[in-house]
Amino acid sequence: MPKVPGLVKGLGVTLGIFGRTVKDGANTVQYPHEKESPPIRARGVIALHEDNCTACMLCSRSCPDWCIYIEGHKQLAPPRRAGGKPRQVNHLDRFDIDYALCMYCGICVEVCPFDALFWSPEYEYSEPKIADLLHDKEKLGEWMETVPEAPELEAGAGK
Amino acid sequence: MISVLAVEIPYWGQSLLRVLGGLVAVLLPAGAIVYLFLFKMMSFMQSRLGPMEAGPYGSMQLLAEVGKWLQKEDISPDNVDKTVFKLAPVVVLLSTFLLIVVVPFGPEAVFADLDAGVFYFLAVGSVSVLGILMAGWASANKYSLLGGLRAAGQLIAYELPMVLATLGVVIQAESMNLNRIVEVQNTEAIFGFEWLGNPFVITQFLGFLIFMIAVQAELTQPPFDMPIAESELVSGYMTEYSGFRFLMFFIAEFATAGVFAFIAATLFLGGWGVPFEWFGWDNLDDVSWWMNIVGPLILFTKMLALVFVIMWVRFTYPRFREDQLQTFAWKFLIPLSLANIAVTAILKVAV
Repeated sequence: MPKVPGLVKGLGVTLGIFGRTVKDGANTVQYPHEKESPPIRARGVIALHEDNCTACMLCSRSCPDWCIYIEGHKQLAPPRRAGGKPRQVNHLDRFDIDYALCMYCGICVEVCPFDALFWSPEYEYSEPKIADLLHDKEKLGEWMETVPEAPELEAGAGK
Repeated sequence: MISVLAVEIPYWGQSLLRVLGGLVAVLLPAGAIVYLFLFKMMSFMQSRLGPMEAGPYGSMQLLAEVGKWLQKEDISPDNVDKTVFKLAPVVVLLSTFLLIVVVPFGPEAVFADLDAGVFYFLAVGSVSVLGILMAGWASANKYSLLGGLRAAGQLIAYELPMVLATLGVVIQAESMNLNRIVEVQNTEAIFGFEWLGNPFVITQFLGFLIFMIAVQAELTQPPFDMPIAESELVSGYMTEYSGFRFLMFFIAEFATAGVFAFIAATLFLGGWGVPFEWFGWDNLDDVSWWMNIVGPLILFTKMLALVFVIMWVRFTYPRFREDQLQTFAWKFLIPLSLANIAVTAILKVAV
């Protein structure tokens, strides 16, 4: 078979895609009407599991954009065992992530030693006002519902 | 067009009809091209659906776009030559309206049945270069000026192959009157085979190719869109225009595409006519009156088919470099079209 010139081949490509789109539909989705579900490990929004947070500030300090604001105070908690000394714990007063600054690098999620931060694939949280992109700890806590179950470990992997 | 359906129309009525007809003949193809090809075909060729929200399948998108452009501020920068700056888009759009004057839409449905119709459209087709140069010069912007000069160089370079390709048709039809060219195409026969008439796309195939390439370049559609190459010239001569004036450039671009496709269909595809053999007509005077109504539809269909090809090429190829573009015109297309003329002339005399 003789070689088809590239110019003709190019016309064939565009016409082929034209025909395929007419026949099978487009590769894109009509967004507000239909949504495609992102992969479960997509970096949509960061969720906070507040009970695990010790206000250790590691995430805040490692954030390249300084978009995590943490305030806490020390307080005494009841002892673990009866008759023991009251424990001193860090109580989280404020945990804000400014998504107007966040660049979704995920360093905070990786650096957290207490499993308090999680990625969620949820992506629909745009706001008309930029100030509303500052999510406080209640809102970050609500995102926890959208965090998917962690996938099973590979066979043979140690816990 | 003195009387339509046996109703006498006064002169002012005729003028009004002509103005309305001209507006429809320019704006309807432009709208159809933008919606069908620029919005929908381009999207489909990129595996997406294009505008879908405004009206069914986005069919009202054009109204939304025009509304958007009308709302925008009409900015003219400080140092522009105000008069020329404001006149330029008018000149460009005007050349489109001047072009439509000679296009025959039916045996009698033509705005002006000029004997030298081909000559007229080739002459008037170059007027838009003036508008583009005016826009480029008056914008007081180096990108606009470069774009304007590139456009001028390109349009002059590709004007020549277009003229020369048209000459082949003129030689074969022995007339410069576009209606006569239509008549010849629909009455003559190829090798005694009368059923199809003799559309010049068959006998003048080389001329047709050269003409379509030249049209592509005249319209500054990719791959010949060096004058508005956005990666180096922002938007070329249109850079400083906004709002309604940009809209006029935009309409002119696609209306001219429509008009050039009308003319290409007239010259090469048999224009408004069907082969006269089908209905037993002998010549132009013989044609039934209803061809004045069906003819425009036939021509419109042929125009859409040609614009499909123009847009198909547009969405497929990357743009030429400036020197490649000029070399292609001067060293390849012009010699080729000269050879085409020579061969056509020899065959015309010999056969």
